Amino acid sequence: MIGISRDGRAALAYLAPAALVLIGLLGYPIYQLVLISFYDYGQEQVSGGAPLNWLGLGNYAKLLSDSQFWTVLAQTVGFAACCVLGTLLVGAALAVLATRVRAVPRALLFLAALGAWATPTVAGSTVWLFLFDANFGLVNEVLGLQGFSWTYDRWVAFGLVAAQVVWCSFPFVMVTLYAGIKAIPGEVVEAAALDGASVPRTVRSVILPLLRPLLVVVTIQSVIWDFKVFTQIYVMTGGGGVAGGNLVLNVYAYQQAFAASEYGLGSAIGVVMTVLLLGFTAIYLRALRRSGEAL
Amino acid sequence: MKRPGRTLAEVLAVLAAAAIAFPLYWMVLSALKPESEVISSDPKPWTLQPSLDNFTRVLTTQGFGRYFLNSVLVALVVVALSLLISFLAATALTRLRFRGRTLLLVMLLVAQMVPVEALTIPMFFLMRSVGDAVPAFGLNQLGGLVLVHLAFSLPFAIWMLRGFVAAVPVELEEAATLDGASRQRFLWQVLFPLVAPGLVATSVLSFIHAWNDFLFAKTFIISASENQTLPLALLAFFKPDQNDWGAIMAGSTLMTVPVLVFFVLVQRRLVSGLAGAVKG
Repeated sequence: MIGISRDGRAALAYLAPAALVLIGLLGYPIYQLVLISFYDYGQEQVSGGAPLNWLGLGNYAKLLSDSQFWTVLAQTVGFAACCVLGTLLVGAALAVLATRVRAVPRALLFLAALGAWATPTVAGSTVWLFLFDANFGLVNEVLGLQGFSWTYDRWVAFGLVAAQVVWCSFPFVMVTLYAGIKAIPGEVVEAAALDGASVPRTVRSVILPLLRPLLVVVTIQSVIWDFKVFTQIYVMTGGGGVAGGNLVLNVYAYQQAFAASEYGLGSAIGVVMTVLLLGFTAIYLRALRRSGEAL
Repeated sequence: MKRPGRTLAEVLAVLAAAAIAFPLYWMVLSALKPESEVISSDPKPWTLQPSLDNFTRVLTTQGFGRYFLNSVLVALVVVALSLLISFLAATALTRLRFRGRTLLLVMLLVAQMVPVEALTIPMFFLMRSVGDAVPAFGLNQLGGLVLVHLAFSLPFAIWMLRGFVAAVPVELEEAATLDGASRQRFLWQVLFPLVAPGLVATSVLSFIHAWNDFLFAKTFIISASENQTLPLALLAFFKPDQNDWGAIMAGSTLMTVPVLVFFVLVQRRLVSGLAGAVKG
């Protein structure tokens, strides 16, 4: 039909502004990132004082044989998994709770969640840090733990940062899922009830399938965000914890590039992170497609 | 009609709200406390001598006002541009069939996975060359910052709007076409108002994105301190030996309030609008 070519032309026009910005300011830097990861790119190369030295996969080989890289990778995956799970559970639970209450408690809940959401990352991190401060923090005062440092032990520090991450990222999940639940036409649920479906059955067979596209979006989004947590770790653990115990890949890459001037190595870590996230998303989307859901 | 368990649910909701809001309360409270009460080993959840000392210190010594305006300017321009561009792109990606559509969607996802922190390296060199050609968009310029933020908020904005555009029934477009509306007319007079909640949600996220950033500002605004933004000014109060908590909390409050206001203004559309638009 003629529709195809007309669609194609309109699509081109609609997509042109986005393409212009994205190719120039995102695609090209990504290409450069990959390129730099193949070079020995240090301070001298940045200032132009020394010629570029092609390493090929040298930076990657160095990375894979470095035991710290593997520790950091494992920490990153574990940390991100905890954050994603926590975010989804809290967000979904509160979204359901919000549909069950009257206007005033719901407004309070949303106001609080929007507050947490609106708090800039840097500000949120500093407030949590202050609440859990060893000497002046309210939490230690209440628990009678004067002088206990929440950022000294690796796992305690990770726990604290994860709690902060969940606090500032669950509202996105909550608001999205709440809107999704509200968008389900009342007649659909009523029809299910008339047909004799129990509440759990209605949730499983009617509400969850309808919410599925939104669940996919919030899950992928949470994974992408939590795998790349930077500001909270950077601000709350003072750049990666005691002796680098709280490093995650993103902070590790940043340290390698900007603290150690190993721009090539830092870029290589960035590329590895991207590939890992890509792998996750590919698996996830394939699983979705198999169950009959299209992108 | 009384539903069983609703009282319990409401108590839970209020408790949850209080717990979630507590860090914010503590932030504002600490900002208003006099210095001796902030740096105290016996912190109280109230204050009897509220003072604006912390705010004055922040605003006078660090030039917060100037940075504040810079942050607002950058965030607003980013929001306006990203809304227009992403609405068009999202419409193309959901409403039009063309070759390479799925590929584009996948690329949008991929773009969000690249860690921004690592990308600052190549971006720096790019901004430097752009600045040689067009100074207003190069290093040390707010224009450059706007472009960088735009590039980083677009993939998510498009991705997010896609869902909202897709939720508008196709029958509406068919009806509009049957009634003789052109594609342009449908786009701006039917689709645009219908996805308003989506536009609001997207603008909120783009705004936060730009407002939150300190890494770009730190990396790209190197020598022009008059073009600096808020988060960096806040970090200046962190000192290796003794943090000035009162000032940090005051700065954090100043930084949080505009976003909070923005959120409260749009929250009705953000939350309830979607359901209404899709049903209506």
